Amino acid sequence: MGKRIGMEVAIASAEAAALCRFDVAAVYPITPQSHVAEHLSDIVADGRVDASFITVESEHSALSSAMGASATGARVVTATSSQGLLFMGEVMPIASAMRLPIVMIIANRAVSGPINIWNDHSDIMPMRDTGWISFFADNGQEVVDMVIQAFKVGEDRRVMLPVNVNLDGFQLTHVVEPIVMPDQEEVDRFLPPYEPFATLHPDKVVTMGALGMPEFYAEAQKAKNVAIVNSIDVVREVWKEWEKGFGRKYEPIHAYRTEDADVALVTMGSMGETAEIAVDELRREGVKAGLLKIKLWRPFPFEDLKKAVKGIRVLAVTDRACSFGGPGGPVFSEIRSALYEGAKRPKIVNFLIGLGGRDVHVEDFVAMVRKAAKGKLSEPYEFYGVRG
Amino acid sequence: MTEKKGPETWQEINPGCMVFRPGSASEYHTGSWRAKRPIWDNAKCIKCGVCYIFCPEGCITEDADGFFVANFDYCKGCGICAHECWPKAIAMVNEED
Repeated sequence: MGKRIGMEVAIASAEAAALCRFDVAAVYPITPQSHVAEHLSDIVADGRVDASFITVESEHSALSSAMGASATGARVVTATSSQGLLFMGEVMPIASAMRLPIVMIIANRAVSGPINIWNDHSDIMPMRDTGWISFFADNGQEVVDMVIQAFKVGEDRRVMLPVNVNLDGFQLTHVVEPIVMPDQEEVDRFLPPYEPFATLHPDKVVTMGALGMPEFYAEAQKAKNVAIVNSIDVVREVWKEWEKGFGRKYEPIHAYRTEDADVALVTMGSMGETAEIAVDELRREGVKAGLLKIKLWRPFPFEDLKKAVKGIRVLAVTDRACSFGGPGGPVFSEIRSALYEGAKRPKIVNFLIGLGGRDVHVEDFVAMVRKAAKGKLSEPYEFYGVRG
Repeated sequence: MTEKKGPETWQEINPGCMVFRPGSASEYHTGSWRAKRPIWDNAKCIKCGVCYIFCPEGCITEDADGFFVANFDYCKGCGICAHECWPKAIAMVNEED
């Protein structure tokens, strides 16, 4: 069993990658991810893993280098945030289309403008449809666990897809938390060396990233979609194995006190922990509140959601990003669409919260539950707490 | 041409669309795109090789006499060779008239 230690979460995420014995790290530093980049660099410079650190001139190059390295059969880690992730945007769908199991640590941060370095989810949401598996962590322990799990899921022959692990910038990256760091032997048992499906090698020639003309492109897209849809089975399998080996349970949607809940909040990321306290307070006052925390954003866990909302009258979905001119936040529109076919579906309301690092307190979640209890807001979606 | 051009169904797509038969792109004859073809007038040709250098397709080669010819399996008829040929030895003529 690993030891419980106090560690900054950004540092811990890099340590988790080191436990996975990565071969290549290709990273460009950006706030609030910089400590991840710096620490990965330290790990390589100190010779703690037999790896190369590629100092790139941009995020576009970071992910491109990561792809090249992965195509040679290396286990590759990268990390970014906000504008950096958007700059990677052009490469994102290619990494998944080429089925390269890169792991990316994303310190979620608002995108400009106005320029803002603080936390929300407006960086990852535009990447939703690029074909990457997306995990969302609540706390430092989950970050460490998910980084290790990400390699195992992504590298599985039934998956072969890149995985991003989302951790809230500052709220998680810059916070020292008590974390059980798994032992090297435990991780080695859980995660065997990467055995790639094919590699770029002069002795055994293979073409990767070829042209796909109109007569093949659609088939290629369907094949990629089937791969990510089916990957949920492997995610479940890996999470079960993790629970058995490490004693910490992971599921696509974690339900908190929803057995008899009337109104349930829905969160992704670190705000889930604040929302838990709000649920406890409301329960003490006799309000039947609950909480659903989404841990797996892509592939979206449709079946888990349908099961999780049984008996719930109102869902108060929180979003940490806007879909400008759209139907509400991306999580909200996803959930509403996922439940549309159900005969008995809850009322669903949407709060846009914590944008650009705006704090969301326990009393805010309490207020949201009270507002949501009516089953309808005065507007289709509410920018919670916005002045004016 | 009885040989299959590529995967028929999405299930037949290799993971990552990888191609395990190297050089298979040469089987795709881009010459079928051509509307005009370059014709050399060797009486004007000074054998400078500018056409060979500028051909973006790399489909122009030097023959035994030092003149230049295009491989019409791949020549797309872009006309860059004719544009660059300063003795004006290359004319672009319609494929169909």
